[in-house]
Amino acid sequence: MRIKPVAGILLRQFYLIRGSPVRSLPMFAWVAIDIVVWGFITRYLNSMAAGRFNYVPSLLGAVLMWDFFARIMQGVSTAFLEDVWSRNFLNLFATPLTISEYILGLVITSVATSMVGLAVMLVLAMAVFGLSFFSLGTLLVPFLLVLFAFGIALGILASALVLRLGPASEWLVWPLPALLSPFVGVFYPLATLPRWMQGVGHLLPPSYVFEGMRQALAGRPFSAAGLALGAALAALDILLAGYLFARVFRYAIRTGLLARYSAESAA
Amino acid sequence: MSAHPPDGDLPSVVLSVAGLCKSYSHVVAVHEVSFDVHRREVVGLLGPNGAGKTTTINMILGVLSPTAGSVRIGGIDLARERARALAGANFSAVYAPLPGNLTVTENLRFFGLVYGIPRLGDRVGELLRQFDLERLRDTKCGLLSSGEQTRVALAKAVLNRPRLLLLDEPTASLDPAAAQTVRARIRGLAVEGGCGILWTSHNMYEVEEVCDRVLFLSRGRILLEGDPRRLPREHGAATLEELFIRLAREPLAEPLERAG
Repeated sequence: MRIKPVAGILLRQFYLIRGSPVRSLPMFAWVAIDIVVWGFITRYLNSMAAGRFNYVPSLLGAVLMWDFFARIMQGVSTAFLEDVWSRNFLNLFATPLTISEYILGLVITSVATSMVGLAVMLVLAMAVFGLSFFSLGTLLVPFLLVLFAFGIALGILASALVLRLGPASEWLVWPLPALLSPFVGVFYPLATLPRWMQGVGHLLPPSYVFEGMRQALAGRPFSAAGLALGAALAALDILLAGYLFARVFRYAIRTGLLARYSAESAA
Repeated sequence: MSAHPPDGDLPSVVLSVAGLCKSYSHVVAVHEVSFDVHRREVVGLLGPNGAGKTTTINMILGVLSPTAGSVRIGGIDLARERARALAGANFSAVYAPLPGNLTVTENLRFFGLVYGIPRLGDRVGELLRQFDLERLRDTKCGLLSSGEQTRVALAKAVLNRPRLLLLDEPTASLDPAAAQTVRARIRGLAVEGGCGILWTSHNMYEVEEVCDRVLFLSRGRILLEGDPRRLPREHGAATLEELFIRLAREPLAEPLERAG
């Protein structure tokens, strides 16, 4: 793995974001709106609960972490889609760039853009709505890491789908986080779900994060084994997504899909 | 035809294509195509639309895998060492414009990093001067005229000082004056830069002017090979264009019997 080609992918995304408010605004605008909306909802719920329960950490904290995950996933897939939209595959893959260098470039781009969103969310949630992660303590780090890893895996999977199915399939990949959210219990325990949905939920790493977060916030014993399983699943998902992308890429090289890739030919 | 003097330890053959085939289910796009390109040589890959020229170029660029055969760039097997082989090649094609949402300089810096160019700032400055792009350095590529885009694409194509340069109809959208300038630049790249060039074009006048050797491709096979200035006479045609038209209409089974 060479550093310069990875830096090239990163630099290209930096140029695009620097030159376009349309690209920089979504890095923080939508997550900020989410935090504001859910911040007021939690405030209202707290007033109804009259001090019996604090909704801020369980609801607003969950929104923040879920948005962070979705931003990571979209950060990878948006960086990939920039090459789809500008029909740049031929220029890009006729170079010495390897698939692993390309994907690493997309991942680092996603980390950089998502950190902006995370910082804005944290400032808003803490300063305006009094969210505090002190009760989670150092657990916040592994929670975010598992969500980060699964976001990367889902972003790579989404990119593989678009490469295989054509540019029009980007509309299939945007709602992926929303599709998963009912199964991972962002706002409710997995036990609330029907058994088959619980089964699906147990295969998804974010489930272990949100279950663990609720346990920790409620002061109940926290399942470190559960979080470790979530982390292992997320690592496995990254490997599987990377393998799938490489397979789809080889398919695209074999069939001529990559050489002819455009909205007209691949959709 | 150019001679191929040895330059240090660099191999004389910059591209070696052997037994290249590409089939899509029952359709044969390229069949048993073999040829070499040498340093300082401009080879024209000619043929009617659908002859397999772009398919061949895509296989040389590694964006399409052959059904059979091999491609060696500077002696390096593309299938085995893709990144190392492609580090010595580059290309420009009208159907692969550079990202229009980046400026000229941004595109050159981006691709320069991808190719791992040392002292990139100096190299980009040099290319901006060489291709008369300094005035356009901060203009987005999508806003450039066809001629300007061609110059940027050529600057990108020589960023890594390639041993092998593939040019798919590089003058297709240019006016005659701009096309002549581009031809002169490309010819200079071969003579002074020492790279081998594989060039496709439908303009037989420019092929005669630029190419040392041509390969006629039809229905995925090489029908004829030789010096573009001598071939017409050798095959009873008045001009290269006449020979091209005749070959394009020949039944594949007997391509040269009547021509010879």
